[in-house]
Amino acid sequence: MNIQSKLSGDRAALAPTRRDLVVGAVVTGSALLVGCSPLDLLNIGAKKLDFGAFGPFIKIGADGAVTVISKHIEFGQGTHAGLAAIVAEELDADWSTVKVEQSAANVKVYGNLLMGAQGTGGSTAIANSWMQLRKAGAGARAMFVNAAAAKWAVPASEISVKSGVVSHSSGKSASFADLLADAGKITPPAEPVLKDPKSFTLIGTQAVRRKDSQVKSDGTAVYTQDIHMPDMLTAMVAHAPLFGAKVKSFDDTEALKIKGVVKVFKISSGVAVVAENTWAAKKGRDALKVTWDDAKAEKRSTAEIVEEYKKISAAREGSKPFDVHGDVAAGFDGDLIKFGFDFPYLSHATMEPMNCVAQVDGQKVKLTYGCQGPTMDQTAVAMALGVLPGAVEIETLFAGGSFGRRASPSAEYVVECALIAKKIGGFRPVKLVWDREDDMTGGRYRPMVRHDLAIKVGADGYPAAWRHTVVTQSVMKGVPMPEGKFDASAVEGALGSPYLKATPVVDGHVALADSPVPVLWWRSVGATHTAFVMEHVIDQLAAKAKIDPVDYRRALYKKAGADRHLAVLELAVAKSGWGSALPAGTARGIAVHESFGSVVAEVAEVTMKDGEPRVGRVVCAVDCGIAISPNQIAAQMEGGIVYGLSAALYEAITFKDGAVEQRNLDGYRVLRHNEAPTVETHIVSSGANPSGVGEPGTPAIAPAIANALLALTGKATSSLPFVKA
Amino acid sequence: MSIALEINGKTLQVEAEADTPLLWVLRDELKMTGSKFGCGIAQCGACTVHADGQPIRSCSTPIEALAGVKITTIEGLGGEHALQAAWVKHDVPQCGYCQSGQIMAAAALLAKTPRPTDADIDAAMTGNVCRCGAYQRIRAAIKDAATTLSA
Repeated sequence: MNIQSKLSGDRAALAPTRRDLVVGAVVTGSALLVGCSPLDLLNIGAKKLDFGAFGPFIKIGADGAVTVISKHIEFGQGTHAGLAAIVAEELDADWSTVKVEQSAANVKVYGNLLMGAQGTGGSTAIANSWMQLRKAGAGARAMFVNAAAAKWAVPASEISVKSGVVSHSSGKSASFADLLADAGKITPPAEPVLKDPKSFTLIGTQAVRRKDSQVKSDGTAVYTQDIHMPDMLTAMVAHAPLFGAKVKSFDDTEALKIKGVVKVFKISSGVAVVAENTWAAKKGRDALKVTWDDAKAEKRSTAEIVEEYKKISAAREGSKPFDVHGDVAAGFDGDLIKFGFDFPYLSHATMEPMNCVAQVDGQKVKLTYGCQGPTMDQTAVAMALGVLPGAVEIETLFAGGSFGRRASPSAEYVVECALIAKKIGGFRPVKLVWDREDDMTGGRYRPMVRHDLAIKVGADGYPAAWRHTVVTQSVMKGVPMPEGKFDASAVEGALGSPYLKATPVVDGHVALADSPVPVLWWRSVGATHTAFVMEHVIDQLAAKAKIDPVDYRRALYKKAGADRHLAVLELAVAKSGWGSALPAGTARGIAVHESFGSVVAEVAEVTMKDGEPRVGRVVCAVDCGIAISPNQIAAQMEGGIVYGLSAALYEAITFKDGAVEQRNLDGYRVLRHNEAPTVETHIVSSGANPSGVGEPGTPAIAPAIANALLALTGKATSSLPFVKA
Repeated sequence: MSIALEINGKTLQVEAEADTPLLWVLRDELKMTGSKFGCGIAQCGACTVHADGQPIRSCSTPIEALAGVKITTIEGLGGEHALQAAWVKHDVPQCGYCQSGQIMAAAALLAKTPRPTDADIDAAMTGNVCRCGAYQRIRAAIKDAATTLSA
């Protein structure tokens, strides 16, 4: 999943990129559907998109106001503002009047250039759009400049553009509105001249703010849950209590007695109750009696899975090497320091549970919802309904959070909704509502993970040999891997770590376990556990060597040539007052991690309160390349840290005899106002192309807390969450 | 049952089952969708509205309990309330789904405690979850709005 990964040649050969994986998933679907492959198939049956003169990403109204078309969904990460700012910068538009609209689903025009499919994820929205939108903006600007040059009979080189006004040194000036008709007739240059980033006037300033704060503060922003259409029905589904169980039989007598319940029928994922409104659907579902066939279901409890992972790890059953270098046969003689770590399943627990609105009439399919992966969803729905993928029309709305949850290759809740709408037929809209219990017990969790390490320390106190075994489920289960490759997202963060680069002998393996429990990427994916292991082990090694953990990291980063790690480390150290006195009972911990092309250092100040760790202040330093919106980069660091902190402190999905024990937010504790830290974000000045910020804030906070607790109590942490239920 | 509800200063006649939570009457019957469904068991606060000025969780309040009670929803706050202006100024929302509930909880707090301390904010807001982690901006925006309203 590490799109921006700077994997060396041999590592790249082992680990497929997310592009391989997503294309793999999509092509697998398409191939099953029509017996041959490529992405072009997705366009068969697709509506022809009609663009205006300025192409697929820019619309300019008669009033001269610029609308930027976003191919990426906005679900909190600030992408809409960031993408619009890229266009506005090169176009020299009036930022205060720029609007953002969501694009249609069309992989050919709106594909993610780092994925090969249309979709948002892997913190790639800005990174993949950067040059595409700069060129779109610069091309449109050239059209206005050339139109003005022709109109005023002056050289184009003498014309300037500022805030949507085109001017000539003679004093002539015209607005975009004035020049719109003429500019629309100009052919844009194939390779428009882009600005030197040093001359940016909008990008990098505090002016780049969200465009949706008003509608998200007055209740008018529209989410899937808010959709009402004439004659719309609402559906809820009784899902199996165990993963892998199927409907054996059901009795709908009582359900059909509920006022407002229209229809009850079986679908592949359970029994659907369709009603005139949400409350009737819920009461109808409550009244339903379903008997389940759980012959093939997961029936283990969490402790048994932990033990199984330990066994797989010890035996390295079916494992594959992810980083093996140096003389492994001779490198591990003598004393080894051993570490073991266990990580639980995690729920994304987005504020808006999963939902969708579908209309189906024969080959006609329309979906209206917060769609994160249009291409994946089109493919999955097409397969389920037996229609052409391109015929699946999608209108993408805001989504109430995702954190990876809405990019599900099986598109299970979208397919569920489509199947129900097909049964209802006649293009009658059906809104599928998952309640919190459906959402929390519905799987697609961050997988459980086991890490085992055995490290030989050299005479200098630094690692000389590093054996590392990771056991987890793959989020890419079912997607065919090229020969010899594996799901790199299971180990990303250990794979590519500067600490492994600086260690002469490394023996890193990954083994993939299997279970009917479906798993998925969860904000920062592999880094959710690898960062914890790498960063907490480093502090323990530093403590044994009696070296300050910051000095210890400095030495390893220098040895590995990890200049960006070193830069964020120094910035966080300087801004946090590392080494200065703190009140008794409070300690600092530091962690540094690279993910999605960005490097983040975090210093957490931790105190024990009522037997639980409490984080008061976090100082965060981030290198994400050119900073488009410093305000929203800070927001993502704040949010990413809270998300990681919440999971580290409290979150775990556990099983008893196969049943999920947490059904709602009363059982699945999440971080609240009174437990939230103050986050201070500092951005490293950079001229590199922008990289992601949606996920990179998350990984470092958990190890920073563990390292603070190590300093405070002398005790290391070997499993999460810190606060056990 | 048929029940008259006083919502945002208007009396509205609603046809719904007596046990229907206010949230679903607001959303499905009255198409007032600003109040959100998050958990259904009064644990997340996304559905927060005011009942006679007190913040309540509309997902767990049946309409039969609300005869004669003055209900205010996010739609009734007007869009230009000092809290809403502060929310925009601080770019508080990320996904935005919890923010109607956050703002309604904060509005009830400021009505009772015009200059809240951090402890007051903790006490009033801890029932409102934000998974995007906008907590520190919410706190800053509440303090900012308090200053505006007290000026």
